[in-house]
Amino acid sequence: MRARSLEPLVERGLLACAVLSVATTVGIIGVLAIESFEFFREVSPLAFLFGTEWTPLFANRRFGVLPLVVGTLLVSAIAMVVAIPMGLLSAIYLSEYAPDGVRRLVKPVLEVLAGVPTVVYGYFALMFVTPALQALLPGLAGFNALSPGIVMGIMILPLVSSLSEDAMRAVPRGLREGAYALGATRMQTALQIVVPAAFSGITAAFILAVSRAVGETMIVAIAAGQQPRLTANPFVPIETMTAYIVQVSLGDTPQGTLEYRTIFAVGLLLFLMTLALNLVSTWLRERFREEYA
Amino acid sequence: MLCALPLRVFVLAGLVAVSAACGGGTTTSAPPALVRLDGSSTVFPVSEAVAEEFQRANPNVRVTVGISGTGGGFQKFCRAETDISNASRPIRPVELEACAKAGVRFIELPIAYDGIVIVVNPKASWIDHLTVAELRALWAPEAQGRVTRWSQVRPGWPDREIRLFGAGVDSGTYDYFTEAIVGQSGASRGDFTSSEDDNVLVQGISSDELALGFLPFAYFEENRERLRAVPVDDGRADNGDGPVDATLETIRTGRYQPLSRPVFIYVAEASAARPEVEAFVDFYLTQGPALVSEVGEVPLGDEGYALVRSHFAARRLGTIFESGVSQVGITIEQLLTRERLQ
Repeated sequence: MRARSLEPLVERGLLACAVLSVATTVGIIGVLAIESFEFFREVSPLAFLFGTEWTPLFANRRFGVLPLVVGTLLVSAIAMVVAIPMGLLSAIYLSEYAPDGVRRLVKPVLEVLAGVPTVVYGYFALMFVTPALQALLPGLAGFNALSPGIVMGIMILPLVSSLSEDAMRAVPRGLREGAYALGATRMQTALQIVVPAAFSGITAAFILAVSRAVGETMIVAIAAGQQPRLTANPFVPIETMTAYIVQVSLGDTPQGTLEYRTIFAVGLLLFLMTLALNLVSTWLRERFREEYA
Repeated sequence: MLCALPLRVFVLAGLVAVSAACGGGTTTSAPPALVRLDGSSTVFPVSEAVAEEFQRANPNVRVTVGISGTGGGFQKFCRAETDISNASRPIRPVELEACAKAGVRFIELPIAYDGIVIVVNPKASWIDHLTVAELRALWAPEAQGRVTRWSQVRPGWPDREIRLFGAGVDSGTYDYFTEAIVGQSGASRGDFTSSEDDNVLVQGISSDELALGFLPFAYFEENRERLRAVPVDDGRADNGDGPVDATLETIRTGRYQPLSRPVFIYVAEASAARPEVEAFVDFYLTQGPALVSEVGEVPLGDEGYALVRSHFAARRLGTIFESGVSQVGITIEQLLTRERLQ
C-alpha cells in the first residue's frame, strides 16, 4: 500500500530530473542565442565567419573568427593523428587478440587516462612534453599547437579505443568463424572482416573523439598560447576558441560590451560545431545497430 | 582565477582569526574593523605585503586586498565599496567624474616606482639594445601582420620569426606601455600573446628563443635567471646618452625612460577618518618602503616618502593629473613639489 502511494512521487521526481537537464540545455542555448544576436547586430555574420583577423580586445578591432577556428582544428587534427592509430590498434588488440584476463586488466587501465583531470594534462604538456619536444625540434616555441595536440590525443585515446572495441566485439561471431573456415589468418580476419563490419561504429567513435577534442579547454588554454593566428604551423603559439573564451572570462572585460559578447558568438559557433559532430556520430551508430539486429 | 585565490585565502584567514578571537571568551569584543583594498595587479604585491605585516601587528583589524585592475578598482572605489584603491596610473577624468558624482573625495599617494622591462630569452644573443623608435615600429598597430621577423626590427638580426608577448589589454602595464612606446594608450598590434597573468608571459618567453615581451619589473626580478632584460635607448640626451638598463637604480633616478612610472594608492577621505584605515595608511607609508623593494618594485627616496606622509597627514585632496595619464619622465619629488604649488 505504502509502496504504491510512493510510486507517483518517485515518478514525478524522476521527471523533474529529466526536465531539469533539458531546461538547462535550453537555457544555455537561449543565452548563447540572445547574446550572439546582440553581437551580430553590430558585426556582420559574414565578417565574423570569414574574416582572417581576430583582435576584438584591441583598439583596432577585427572580428574574423577564422584564426580561432583554424587553431581549434589544428590542435584537434594533431590529437586525432595520435589517437586514431593508437586507439584503433589497441581496440583491435583488445577485441581480437588479447586473452580475456589481459583485456579485463588493460581496458580499465586505459580508461583511467580519460579520468585524469585536464588541468593535469595541460601542465603535463607545458612543463614536460614541450621541453622534451624542444630538445628534438629547436625552433619550437614554448607555447605551440603540437604539444597540447599530442597530449590531447593521449587523453581521448580511451574514447577511441573503448568505443571501437565495443563496436568490434558486437560483430557476430559467425562472421569470424566464416573467415577462419575459409582459411583466413587471425590478422586477415581482424583487418578485412571485423574492422570493415564494425566500420560505422568505429567512425562514430572517431567523430565523438573529434567533438571532444574541439571542445577541450584546459589543455589548450594552458599550453597552446593566447595568440590568435591563421596558420597551419604547429610549432608556434596559437589560440583556440575555448582558450579565447577562458581568456575573456578571466579578464576585466566589462559585461554587456561588444568585446564581452564575442565570447557568446564564439561559444555558439563552437556549440554548433560539436552538435553537428555528435549528430553525425549518433546517426552512424544507429545505422550500425540496424545492420546486425 | 589565479588572482582570486590570495584574496579568498586572506578573507578566510581573517575569518578564522576572528572566530578564534571570539571563541576566546571576550564576549564584549566589537565587530572586527575592516579595511578594503582593490585595484591594480601591479600594486597588489606591495599592498598585500603591507596588509600581512599590518594584520600581524593589529590582529583585530582585517584587511582584504582584491585584484580588479586599476580601472575595475576605481569603479568600486567611486561607488564607495572600497576604502583604498591600488592604481598603476593616475585616476582618469571619467573616473574622477564618477567619484565626484558619488561624493567620494580622495587623497592621492604615490607609493613606489614601477618599471616595465623589455625581456628576451637568454639565448637570443643578437640583441644588445633596442631604441624607442624600434619598439614603436614593432608594437604600433600598423605593424600587425607586417613586422614579423627579427630582421625587420633591425637589419642584420636573424631572418627568423619574432614572437611577441605582452601584458593583457585590461592591465595598467599595457596602458602604460602603449602610451610610452606607441604614443597612444591602448593602441598596439593585436597579434601577440596577451595575458593578464604575468607568469604565462614568463613561461612563454623563457621557453622560446625567438620571443620578445614586456613585463612589470617585479616579475622580471623574480625570474631573473630565466629572462634577459634589453636596455632601452630613448634617443634623448637629457637622461644620459645611449641605451639604459632597467635596474632599481635607473628607475629610481628616472634615467630608465620612458618605461618607468609612479604607482599610487588612493585613500577615500571618508574612510581615512576611520582609525583603522588611518593606522593602515600610516603603516603603509612608514613600513611600506622596505616591503616595496622586497616584492621587486622600486621605493621612492626618503624625501619622497616624507612628502607623501605629510600629504596624508594634511589630507590633501584631489589629483594633480588632470589629463589622467602619467607623464613620461617625471620623478616623484618633482611631482610632489608641483602638487604643493597648486
